[in-house]
Amino acid sequence: MSPRKINLTLKIWRQRSPQSPGKFAEYKVAVSPDSSFLEMLDDINNDLEKKSLEPITFESDCREGICGTCGLVINGQPHGPIPRIATCQLHMRNFKEGDTIYVEPYRAKAFPIIKDLMVDRSAMDRIMEAGGFISVNTLSVPDGNAIPIPKDIASEAMDAAQCIGCGACVAACKNASAMLFVSAKVSQFALLPQGQPERYQRVESMVKVMDEYGFGSCSNTYACEAECPKGVSVKNIARMNREYFMAKIKSQNIE
Amino acid sequence: MIKLDSKVPEGKLEEKWTNHKFNMKLVNPANKRKYDIIVVGTGLAGASAVASLGELGYNVKAFTFHDSARRAHSIAAQGGINAAKNYQNDGDSVYRLFYDTIKGGDFRSREANVYRLAEVSNNIIDQCVAQGVPFAREYGGLLDNRSFGGALVSRTFYARGQTGQQLLLGAYTAMNRQVNLGKVKLYTRREMLDVVVVDGAAKGIVVRNMLTGEIEKYSAHAVILATGGYANAYFLSTSAMNCNATAIWRAHKRGAAFANPCFTQIHPTCLPLHGENQSKLTLMSESLRNDGRIWVSKLKHDMRKPNEIPEEERDYYLERKYPTYGNLSPRDISSRAAKEAIDNGRGAQGQDAVYLDFQDAINRLGQKVIEERYGNLFEIYETITGDNPYKSPMKIYPAPHYTMGGLWVDYNMQSTIQGLFVGGEANFSDHGANRLGASALMQGLADGYFVLPYTIGNYLAGDKPTLVKTDHPEFEKVKKEVENMTAKLLSIKGKRTVDDIHKQLGRIMWNKVGMGRNEKGLKEAMVEIKVLREEFWKDVNVVGDSKDVNQCLERAARVADYLELGELMALDALTRNESCGGHFREEYQTPEGEALRNDEDYAFVSAWEFKDVGKWELNKEPLEFTSVKLATRSYK
Repeated sequence: MSPRKINLTLKIWRQRSPQSPGKFAEYKVAVSPDSSFLEMLDDINNDLEKKSLEPITFESDCREGICGTCGLVINGQPHGPIPRIATCQLHMRNFKEGDTIYVEPYRAKAFPIIKDLMVDRSAMDRIMEAGGFISVNTLSVPDGNAIPIPKDIASEAMDAAQCIGCGACVAACKNASAMLFVSAKVSQFALLPQGQPERYQRVESMVKVMDEYGFGSCSNTYACEAECPKGVSVKNIARMNREYFMAKIKSQNIE
Repeated sequence: MIKLDSKVPEGKLEEKWTNHKFNMKLVNPANKRKYDIIVVGTGLAGASAVASLGELGYNVKAFTFHDSARRAHSIAAQGGINAAKNYQNDGDSVYRLFYDTIKGGDFRSREANVYRLAEVSNNIIDQCVAQGVPFAREYGGLLDNRSFGGALVSRTFYARGQTGQQLLLGAYTAMNRQVNLGKVKLYTRREMLDVVVVDGAAKGIVVRNMLTGEIEKYSAHAVILATGGYANAYFLSTSAMNCNATAIWRAHKRGAAFANPCFTQIHPTCLPLHGENQSKLTLMSESLRNDGRIWVSKLKHDMRKPNEIPEEERDYYLERKYPTYGNLSPRDISSRAAKEAIDNGRGAQGQDAVYLDFQDAINRLGQKVIEERYGNLFEIYETITGDNPYKSPMKIYPAPHYTMGGLWVDYNMQSTIQGLFVGGEANFSDHGANRLGASALMQGLADGYFVLPYTIGNYLAGDKPTLVKTDHPEFEKVKKEVENMTAKLLSIKGKRTVDDIHKQLGRIMWNKVGMGRNEKGLKEAMVEIKVLREEFWKDVNVVGDSKDVNQCLERAARVADYLELGELMALDALTRNESCGGHFREEYQTPEGEALRNDEDYAFVSAWEFKDVGKWELNKEPLEFTSVKLATRSYK
């Protein structure tokens, strides 16, 4: 705990509604280095409310880096300057006295801005609904240990499965591609024996919806992996490309 | 007076659920599509119920206030999920899991419900594996287990420190499949603000569309609430920022009895406070207590760094006081022991914190093994505090984490409002006065996958509820009331911010309705809360307008409810003149400072009936134990 505070200038994106133009508004703050970035925004909002001014709309929930709700672009980087954390885990000790910090919403065609720093990421759910599941009904399943899975395979599937669905990969990509997000789920299930029956159909359905929502293509800059708060690997994209290629060969859908 | 009928089936404990399933009425498969069911909340209990009901053929409308169903706070559960598989051959069984849970809850839960929970626990693991949940595995490819508090067997299944995330994503994918098939209609960014009751039965809900501000009406044959707990009444808790009691509280005000509101869980291993502007507290998984040792200095006001305190001057107080369970003692007991050490002036370097030390485990197993087991938790700790727990011990402190109390439900999970069912943390049913670690995930999924789909069918086939259209006058009336409340909140334009008042409530709750409670403090708390509530309705400043995204308004409506619920929590604590589990009344303790239960007078569920704001009537459901003997809980 330290009583010392650091003085910062914040330039925060304010936008009334999806249609209205937005602009940066400036806020001067003195903040404890032990405070989190979002607690600093809470403080600003509390001050604004005291003055009957409308608080900055931003989303967050668990504040433990797991729910994927938060996601701000801080000085041009989704989730800020520290690798492998979500915005809510960023602490002010990572900034210096006198810093100017730009705070913006994710910017991507598929993520329209709703208000201030809040965006609409529902396109990601639409992709998941298209095929990001294993079709088993409740109770129609074998004993857990009847499906042995090698430790390293389970671990690799878990590496992919820990995606928090925050959309930072899309925001980081110059093409606003959702390949890292989609490939994480495709990989998890492609690696596991449970995912085999629907393996090819799944990747086809998910990629189709991904394209419909206007996410861009992957051009291998790896910005997604660099900004992913869980460090989901671009290897998953390579795996998804192979899965997709095989799906096209094996597909029952003759076009 | 409400008639509390627990509807526990006749017969032997082990046969109740099997018999009940046989005796329940069934809905013809072709008729299922004629029924609409509303599910509010898409956490473990909600999403699993939505998926299962959709699979059965019902038309399900699922509601969440999040932008995506996957964000529900179940996602943040770290450590694991219990099941009585006995894969470790260490003597586990359905009966042992049942017994541990009853005992862990300090004999204040309903026997038949807990037995059913233990019984279906094994199905949960099978279900999740089949969905592709990547549980931890042994080298032979089989499922791995670890230990949690309050148990002497290894029955906890886990996916690194992200078990809740993986289980929730499992339920979320199962639900998505039903969305894709058209059996489920998902409504996101909708906050439930009231339940509509017509002729004594729940017929629908009223929600606020959080994007447009529109108040919308939805009707159904039955309504399920799976909206989580109310620990945010303390302002600072491990619950997510948006977790709230509004759905269950508004249902309570429409006639659903609220059970055991004072049974709240203070979790022993959370990160200490850093300052005034702290927005929430962070949990460090209980699984850390498998290998971490908890200690404080034997000396008072010891300001030395932990590494400078020699072994013989350290007090491993849990190991000393409870040698059998040691660092894996249940949460209520571990939290109180920490409070005792800190109250005694022995907090870590004078702070409100104790040490959780991994040095012995690192020496014994090597840093690599510890990294494998807890790597992500250690990273979280370092990110937040700036300290490296591989080098010096973690500092931890108890924090509000879970609420065992909730809406009263019978064996069928139906509340005292006909057709209104409640699952997961939102109900009171399975954890008594204290929940064991890794049991919340178990209960949420048990309710949603394996209990509600049956009991809902029984209600629909047996009671034959009719559908009421949303143009019914009662829907209009409730909608109007909700709109009036919103207008009132926006019209006050006082001086105090919503958070300011919420923080003040939190301090009252933590100091007087927290880890240690006494008659004087509880009476003071009730008065202070009432005064604060009046101040809120006179002097709060809710900025913005109703027909827009307005997070200030969302928070204000939730705080308005906490200001009523907080008083009931204090009243319940004041009424229960005994100590049990997480409810510790300082007047009632043994000479060693352990909770002193009073089975003679308090072996009941308190089910509070709402009369008016600040006025309740107490109804009691006596707890009968036929299979277990009421014993003093000992972990020594």
